[in-house]
Amino acid sequence: MLYQLEGSQAIARAIALCRPKVICAYPITPQTHIVEAAGELVRSGELSDCEYINVESEMAALSVAIGSEAAGVRSYTATSSQGLLYMMEAVYNTPGLELPVVMTLGNRAVGSPINIWNDHSDAMSARDAGWIMLFAETNQEAADLHIQAFKIGEQAKCPIMVCVDGFILTHAYDQVDIPSQQDVDEFLPPYNPHISLDVNNPMAIGTMVSPEYFMEVRYLAHRKQMDIVEIIQCTGESFKKKFGRDSGGLLHKYNVDDAETVVVAMGSMIGTIKDVVDELNDEGKKFGVLSLTCFRPFPAAALADSLKNAKKVIVIEKAFAPGIGGVLSREIELAMLGGNSEIISIVAGLGGRIITKPMLKECFLKKNNEKTTFLGLKEDTIAREYKPIKSCNYGGA
Amino acid sequence: MFQIRIHGRGGQGVVTAAELLSVAAFLEKKYAQAFPSFGSERMGAPVTAFCRISDKEIRLREPILEPNALIIQDKTLLGSSDVFNGIVDNGYVFINSPSKVENNLKNINLMCIDATGIALEHIGKPIPNAVLLGSFAALTGIIKIDSVIEAIKAKFSGVMGEKNIDAAVAAYEKTKIGGVV
Repeated sequence: MLYQLEGSQAIARAIALCRPKVICAYPITPQTHIVEAAGELVRSGELSDCEYINVESEMAALSVAIGSEAAGVRSYTATSSQGLLYMMEAVYNTPGLELPVVMTLGNRAVGSPINIWNDHSDAMSARDAGWIMLFAETNQEAADLHIQAFKIGEQAKCPIMVCVDGFILTHAYDQVDIPSQQDVDEFLPPYNPHISLDVNNPMAIGTMVSPEYFMEVRYLAHRKQMDIVEIIQCTGESFKKKFGRDSGGLLHKYNVDDAETVVVAMGSMIGTIKDVVDELNDEGKKFGVLSLTCFRPFPAAALADSLKNAKKVIVIEKAFAPGIGGVLSREIELAMLGGNSEIISIVAGLGGRIITKPMLKECFLKKNNEKTTFLGLKEDTIAREYKPIKSCNYGGA
Repeated sequence: MFQIRIHGRGGQGVVTAAELLSVAAFLEKKYAQAFPSFGSERMGAPVTAFCRISDKEIRLREPILEPNALIIQDKTLLGSSDVFNGIVDNGYVFINSPSKVENNLKNINLMCIDATGIALEHIGKPIPNAVLLGSFAALTGIIKIDSVIEAIKAKFSGVMGEKNIDAAVAAYEKTKIGGVV
C-alpha cells in the first residue's frame, strides 16, 4: 500500500515485515529516527515476538546482534558514522562468524572535523570488513533492499549493510509502497539458522585459527564473496517478479548502452544526476547513468561489461582517501583495466555539501578534466588556507 | 513542479509544515517530497524545510533554490537577507506578521498574516505552521484545504489535531475573503 512516509519510517516498517526477533541499537544522528520507529513498532505490538534491546554503545549493539544471531534468531541493528567506527571490531568479526545480521547505515561523514551530514566516508571505512554492502537510490529502494537483505544474507551466511544517505533519504518524506505482510512472508521464509548455539549441544564458533590455516579461511571468505554476486542478482530478480519493482540487483542502467559518457554513482544523488542527463540528452548529447547498488562484493565483471562502450566514465563519489583520492573510482579503474575508456573522478557532497543540477551539468560538459576534482571547491578558501610544508626542514641532525 | 521553501525557527514546526504539505499533496494523488535542512536542532535556531509537489515522479534531491512559494514562519528571520533568495517571478510569499512587511520584492504575491495570533487564539500555543498552510491552500490552490485537514488529522490525534485544524481553517477563510494584511 502507498504511504507518504519519512524514509526512516519506511525502513522501520520494512524491517518489521521481515519479523526480526531481536532489534538492538544505540541512537546516532541521522540513524535515530529508524531505531525510534522500530522501537515504537515493537512497543505497540505491531511487530510481535521481537525483543527490542537498549544498549549502552554501538559496540554493544552489534555485539548483541552477533549474540542473538548466533543463538539462531533474525537480528537487526543500525548506525551511522562514528557509531560504525566504534563497533568496528565487531563489524570485522560478524562475517568471519558467518552471521547474517542486517544493519542499516544512515550514511554520514566521519570526524574530525565533526560533521553530522551526509557522505559515504563511514561506509568506505568498512569496505574491507567482508560485509555485503548495498546502496539505496530512493526511499522505496531503501525499504525494498532491507527486505531483500535478510534473504540475501541468510542464504549467503553473511552480514549485510544497507547504506541509506543520511538526511537526504532518512529524513525525506516520499511516496513509498509498503508491501503486505503476506507478500513479504511469501518472499522471505522463516529464518532457518545454520548456526544455533545451544547449551545442551555445546559447540564453539570464532575460535583461534593458526598460521597453518588462517590464509585458507580468508581465501574461502573471498571465494564466498565472489559467489554472493550471483545471489544478489537472483534475489533482485525474484523481488522484481514478486513485487514488480526493479529494486536491488547489482546495478541499474539508465541510457547506458548507447551513451558516449556514463556517469557512475551510488545512493541518493542518482536522481539529480538522471535529471541532468535527461536535459543534456535533450540537447543532443549522449549521456548515461549507472547506479551502483551493490558495492560489496564489487561486481567488477557486470560493471566492466556495462561500461565497455563508454568513451568516458565520470565517477561521482561521496568519499575519498586522503593521499590517493576517490575510492570507488579506483575500483572502477581496476575493473576496467585494459579498456579504452577515460575514467575521471569527481569527489562531491562531502559532509553534506549540496550537489545541484547546475554544478553537475558544468562538470559533465567540461573538456580535459583533471583526474580528480572536488565539486564546488571554494578555491579562494584553499588559496588562503593552504600552507605548503617545506620538505626536509624539520630540523635535527 | 511546484516548489515550496519554509523558513522558521526550531520549535515552530517548520519540518512538520513541509511534511504536512507533502501528505496533503499525496492525498490528492500527486507526487511530493519533503525534507529538512538540518544542522541546528535547537529551539529558536533558524530551520529551513522544503517541499516539492508534482504530477510526475520527483527524482531531484537538491535543496530548493528557486521556490515558487516561500513560507516565513518568523519575521525576525527577514533580517538575514537570504530568506527571499531565488523566489520566482509571480511567486508567493507568506509572512507570519500582524502588519505589512516592507520589502523590495517585485512581481510577488505577498501575504502577511498574523499566524501567531491565530495560533494562540485556536491552539493556545504560538505555533504558526498549520495556520500558514491554511493560508497557502487558500491563495495558491496548489492543495485543497480538505487535504490539509486530513494531513493534520493523520499527524495529530485528538484535541491537538482539532485545534490545529480550526486554526488552519480560520486562516484559510480569512485569506479567501482577503481579510489579512
